[in-house]
Amino acid sequence: MADLSVSISGIDFKNPIIPASGVFGYGREYSELFDLSRLGGIATKGTTITKRNGNPSPRIAETPSGMLNSVGLQNPGIDKFISDELPFLMSKDTVILANIAGSTSEECVAIAEKLEETDVHMIELNISCPNVKQGGMAFGASCEGASSVTKAVRKVTNKPLIVKLSPNVTNIAEIARSVESEGADAVSLINTLLGMRIDINTRRPVLKNNMGGMSGPAVFPIAVRMVWQTANAVKIPVIGMGGVSTGKDAVEMMMAGASAVQVGAAIFTDPYAPIKIIEEMNEFLDKQGIKSVKEIIGSVQPW
Amino acid sequence: MKYKQDNYRVIQKDTLAKDVFSITINCPEIAEAAQPGQFVHILPPGHTLRRPISICGIDHEKGTLRIVFIVKGEGTKEISKLNEGDCIDMLAPLGHGFSLKKNYKKIILIGGGIGNPPMLPLAEKYGKNSIVISGFRNAEAVILQEDFIKTGAHTFLCTDDGTMGQKGFVTDILKSELEKEKADAIYACGPVPMLKSVSEIADKFGIYCEVSLEERMGCGIGACLVCACKVKKDGEEHFAHVCKNGPVFNSKEVIW
Repeated sequence: MADLSVSISGIDFKNPIIPASGVFGYGREYSELFDLSRLGGIATKGTTITKRNGNPSPRIAETPSGMLNSVGLQNPGIDKFISDELPFLMSKDTVILANIAGSTSEECVAIAEKLEETDVHMIELNISCPNVKQGGMAFGASCEGASSVTKAVRKVTNKPLIVKLSPNVTNIAEIARSVESEGADAVSLINTLLGMRIDINTRRPVLKNNMGGMSGPAVFPIAVRMVWQTANAVKIPVIGMGGVSTGKDAVEMMMAGASAVQVGAAIFTDPYAPIKIIEEMNEFLDKQGIKSVKEIIGSVQPW
Repeated sequence: MKYKQDNYRVIQKDTLAKDVFSITINCPEIAEAAQPGQFVHILPPGHTLRRPISICGIDHEKGTLRIVFIVKGEGTKEISKLNEGDCIDMLAPLGHGFSLKKNYKKIILIGGGIGNPPMLPLAEKYGKNSIVISGFRNAEAVILQEDFIKTGAHTFLCTDDGTMGQKGFVTDILKSELEKEKADAIYACGPVPMLKSVSEIADKFGIYCEVSLEERMGCGIGACLVCACKVKKDGEEHFAHVCKNGPVFNSKEVIW
């Protein structure tokens, strides 16, 4: 059994596998299937200051080796998250990453201030949701937007601050550098890629929101490339995600430079995916005679 | 166990109509837990997303479930290629089924097209206390009539074009039956316009009504919030989720 533990901004994870924000809700439904304490961490559903209903249905469509979603940040609001969901999560002996998804800098700050009063382990600041009209991705698309919201949230929290980046930009490494310089403790990437499908019989987009975020195995090579470019550009840890569905994918993502790996769409295909990924990673490391998973972080040897 | 995911063996497969298939699956633990109105979430081989399919038969003794589905796209097409002896990747049983009250003396079960399969376990439960009204587009699409008759239920069949059974809609038969005698409850599954009319008729006659809805799903267990549908509860509108809060809803809660 290899040592799977990793550490990010002073927080110890028993293994590097974290269900990504959105697919996993607040973990309750999956706790019927497996013990949540087996996970490295859990990134919670993006939270706004007040309740959001999200976008109209259909909110999902399959694409070749992937999917589009346009949920639109449906969530009960930060107060309900703290009172109804967080105590359950905090009892599960795993690292909890509270995902903040405000539409304005002020909203992100207000949410972070409320989280500061809780025991939640880390904050993941989502500056990259493609499914809400105002904000979200608006911050993430420019260095100025990304750094100003990071700076504002940094001021009100002492918790480790992860900034979740959008791939829908020209140079993700530059954005990563700009949030690093404003005090982000880590970055996580990639959020979904903006996509669209049209039903050619009805001439209507398949998603009621017209566009949506694309994820799944199809985006994996893009994610690996962006994680690699970002890890080479910053000193803070990178959490990699995007299309990871096997233990080998997770190993590859870590070799590209990720210190931990989030798993999203793969959980729809197989609800046990995070557990299987942890087991497969361990198998790979044992087979290769690697004692600690930390040894593979950023170990790719580029040509 | 609430629900579980595993690979299960297909023990029987039949073609019921054009593009409509029946698959019986050996899955004792799931059959034990399954309730009428619940669904299974099946991964078509080679796909990313699962497909929700309603349960058409629950056999506790044999430990089997039966599903009946229509090929609508690539995913259901892949599932339709599975044969006896093949394995099926299934997460089940899922969702909130029909409420099963023991004291129903007369319950009306309405199925429109591929909405008929989930009504069969109810007909089996209520037998002669149930009236089944099945509607289809035409004779070619008609399925499960022998199964419904076997339950001892009083059955009605109609087609839009009159090529089999009465010509017309399930709602025509529903109205004429209710004018004769009231019922304790109406349970329905089928296309949204049909469910909407059924729910309006139920309201008019003051009869309790449950409807089974459909929506594109992600996780199937209530975590991802993809399959939203508008409902009103305590006078307030909000988005419920077909996979967890449904698929069966009190028709009064649904915003059509």
